[in-house]
Amino acid sequence: MGMRKVAVVGAGMTRFVRRALETPKELAWQATRMALNSCEMTLDDIDAVCMGTAPDAFDSVHMKGEYLSDGAGAWGKPYMRSYVGGGTGVFAPIQGWYHVASGMFDTCLVVCEEKMSSYFPHAQAAFNTIFDHTTERALLPNLLWIFALEMNRYMNAYGISKEDIARVAVKNKRNAADHPCALLGDPDITVDDVLNSELLAWPVNRLDVSPVSDGAVTIVLAAEEVAKRITDKPIWIQGVGWSLDTAYWANRDLAYPTYVEYAARMAYEMAGVKEPRKEINIVEPYDPFDYKECHHLEGLQLADKGGAPQLVADGVTLRTGNMPVCPSGGLLGVGNPIAAAGLMKVAELFWQLRGEAGARQVPGQPKRGLAQAWGDLMQVGTVVIMGTEPGGEVAR
Amino acid sequence: MTSKIKNFPGTPLSESDFTEGKVLSIHDEMRPQFAWDTGIGIGSYLAALKEGYLLGSHCKTCEKTVIPPRTVCEWCFDPMDSYVRLEDTGTINTFSLCYVTWDVQRITEPELPAVIEIDGASPLHGILHKLGEVKPEDIHIGMKVQAVWKPAEEREGAITDILYFKPIKEAGS
Ligand SMILES: [Zn+2]
Repeated sequence: MGMRKVAVVGAGMTRFVRRALETPKELAWQATRMALNSCEMTLDDIDAVCMGTAPDAFDSVHMKGEYLSDGAGAWGKPYMRSYVGGGTGVFAPIQGWYHVASGMFDTCLVVCEEKMSSYFPHAQAAFNTIFDHTTERALLPNLLWIFALEMNRYMNAYGISKEDIARVAVKNKRNAADHPCALLGDPDITVDDVLNSELLAWPVNRLDVSPVSDGAVTIVLAAEEVAKRITDKPIWIQGVGWSLDTAYWANRDLAYPTYVEYAARMAYEMAGVKEPRKEINIVEPYDPFDYKECHHLEGLQLADKGGAPQLVADGVTLRTGNMPVCPSGGLLGVGNPIAAAGLMKVAELFWQLRGEAGARQVPGQPKRGLAQAWGDLMQVGTVVIMGTEPGGEVAR
Repeated sequence: MTSKIKNFPGTPLSESDFTEGKVLSIHDEMRPQFAWDTGIGIGSYLAALKEGYLLGSHCKTCEKTVIPPRTVCEWCFDPMDSYVRLEDTGTINTFSLCYVTWDVQRITEPELPAVIEIDGASPLHGILHKLGEVKPEDIHIGMKVQAVWKPAEEREGAITDILYFKPIKEAGS
């Protein structure tokens, strides 16, 4: 394809909190400043800026990209905001990647911000407008419906129990206890705590769900020659993929995310990954609900269809297991400021692959990781594969 | 890098910081209003609902029958202009018992949303609706259901012209 190699050279993030004192712009600036400081760069070194932020409805701000531009360091630079719902946080770095891979820019900031607490009294109601206004919204749907319906179908298709799925929430919230920015880390949480939490929409209980949150994350991307001058430990973007399924979500196989499979296959091919289960050392799949982690591991070809809960039960996905999944603590533990949560997963791979994740560090010097997000009306999959070597077939 | 940083930015506030006015906040209420054109495909669907039946559309090339009807086939991108009348019966593909309303009010009697695969449409092709005249504990995936319609004079060409879907009594059960 004649693409240039692109590396992540810096990252920063704010704490993820239920309600932040800081405005969206202030959060974006804090994460961005930390990312620039982490690689001893200044805004003058940045050629372009990519912004990811989810529904305008949360803030009641039209053109949220423009609103956030000063906090993102975008003034006077080529700047673009992308939005694919929950998939945004892993799509924005893909957009940043092709800004640099194409040869257009040598450096690019990728900034993701979300402030969900402004919507009053609860951000949930803002999601009403994702449903079709003519054929669905008159039924007064709740965002929980769509997850509960998909989870029930998934459980039924493969004979999976609520207990099987609750283990994901337990693992991620325990992992998050080691994350300094986490909202819901809990080292002592048990499967019974999840099963006995408030029933919201059977089969979904409160602790199956990630929390509404405020926060921001920024990464710095650089082309190969620049990256090598900035750091001796660049983390390379080896492959990217994204795909969209039909918007008629009730016409789809709800037990299996085909769109995630398509996105993953695109990324694996670009990265030259032939056997994902052997070649991916760390996985950060999107986990807004605990069953989604299982669903996505299967779509990513990292588990057989219906087989992900067994990997969880066997401890394979623990931080110390053979294939650590969400060592960050994920959305269930760290929090879910939508776009920022997806980019948090990319930042986690950056820190993990550099051996800088502190108490969260996955043992064994991992070489390659995969981050994935999901969104729109349950139909978009976004995948980024990163590694300690440039790898892949980018220059073919 | 993260392991070296001790103090991350981001200042958490509590609910009482707001309710007790410890921080300043501005409250606003938007009341936008919209009127959506229903278009060709969905317009036909709504007209059929007003008449008391379900309408799908069919692509001969792809042998797909979808609901709600649409003007373009997602598979071949050709027009999908043959409308077909479907049964108002179907099968529960999945369901939930929801104890929270769309605007996060708690309720004690659950709402019963479901995806219902409509008889006559292609496999797995369903619509979102609600269930009724059934005990929550009796609902199961694979259950046969039928639409319960509003009286003809009350129908207005909306998805709510169907009140809900209720179980079909199976012979001998
Ligand atoms: Zn066709």
